[in-house]
Amino acid sequence: MLTITSIKNGIVIDHIRAGLGIRMFYQLGLDKADYSVALIMNAASTRLGRKDIIKIENNVDFDVTMLALIDPNVTINVIEDEHIVRKVKPELPDRVEDVIKCKNPRCVTSVEKYVPHVFTLVNRELGQYRCQYCDEIYTVGKD
Amino acid sequence: MLKGRHLLDPTDFSPGELDEIFDFADQIIQSPAQYNHLCDSSILATLFYEPSTRTRFSFEAAMLRLGGNVVGFSEPTSSSVAKGESVADTIRTVACYADIIVMRHPKEGAPRIASQYSPVPVINAGDGGHLHPTQTLTDLLTIRFVKHQLTGLTIGCCGDLKFGRTVHSLIKAASRYLGNRFVLISPKELRVPDYVTADLAAKGIAYQEVERLDDVIGNLDILYMTRVQKERFFNEDDYVRLKDVYILNAEKMRLARKDMIVMHPLPRVGEISYDIDDDPRAYYFKQAKFGMYARMALIAKLLGVS
Repeated sequence: MLTITSIKNGIVIDHIRAGLGIRMFYQLGLDKADYSVALIMNAASTRLGRKDIIKIENNVDFDVTMLALIDPNVTINVIEDEHIVRKVKPELPDRVEDVIKCKNPRCVTSVEKYVPHVFTLVNRELGQYRCQYCDEIYTVGKD
Repeated sequence: MLKGRHLLDPTDFSPGELDEIFDFADQIIQSPAQYNHLCDSSILATLFYEPSTRTRFSFEAAMLRLGGNVVGFSEPTSSSVAKGESVADTIRTVACYADIIVMRHPKEGAPRIASQYSPVPVINAGDGGHLHPTQTLTDLLTIRFVKHQLTGLTIGCCGDLKFGRTVHSLIKAASRYLGNRFVLISPKELRVPDYVTADLAAKGIAYQEVERLDDVIGNLDILYMTRVQKERFFNEDDYVRLKDVYILNAEKMRLARKDMIVMHPLPRVGEISYDIDDDPRAYYFKQAKFGMYARMALIAKLLGVS
């Protein structure tokens, strides 16, 4: 069994769907962190079967909505003195700009580089966003 | 109030506003000569970043028949676009000269960018495989003229439904009218994009996706045929394999209702046999004329001169 020590002060991002942890890790810029960080992949989970976990030994301030766009089902635990003092469930924002990149090769954003990639939420339950320009659907956690 | 507005998406205007355009188009159809000087001294700019004959001619004829003038380009190689100018800069410049701008662009969403930088109305004349709202105005005007209603219709769309922007626009617009149902007839490879069916499902509108035209043609009020467009394919093999899959001919027309009408945005490349051109149910050439009247009404309304 892999053992990773608990953290004293910082953040634990739990219940990440297996495979998405590494994307979140890079999205948060943790590859450049100068404090202790652990990315645990494929940990056993009663709810998910397998899950990823990120532990950050630092009270970093980051954009929670960014995490929701990768996996809206994560739990963010804020740790102080080795205890969970707050749990945060990220909410999908109604509109995002330059966070999701449109993958449609025919979308105008692929050639007009000054144009921001704007997506609006069209179905919260399914986590579906729509490109403002070409209507391409982006599904959170799948695309 | 339609003056000064853009038309980028067929649902930019409410059904009531569309009726306003159609009512005015009906007046023009009744006595076209009465409107010969409606747009005297106004200039329409046609920015066609990809080839088009019908749509460009239709817009230019519409403006000329209203007494206005036309400037523009019919291919990007003969314009500043070839030097790498952005859509935003082109529009800001053209808007200094023209009172209204029509844009066709191979990239989806380009007219929306244009509208964000334009102080004058921008009309989307087709953006990639996405939308073609003035074709939709044409289609709805034709249906209204023939069927005397835009509600309670079973509309069949056949052919290339994946890249056929006219179909996407028509479904989007016609789904706003009560009781319309859609039958989407195409090979699996050319089904409508997910966002189209997601929209229909979200609105609780009845639709079915089928592969054989023969099985459903007898249920339709409208059969909207489309061509399989070579320029939308990424490879030649897929195009050759799928281009002749759905051909409407006299034999299939025998299975259709006496009051079904056949529509097509044109040009056709074999998906409608010439042997049905004289069938009274074939409306595709009349539809082209309705298109010019629809565009005349639209231009006049956006310029606020009707």
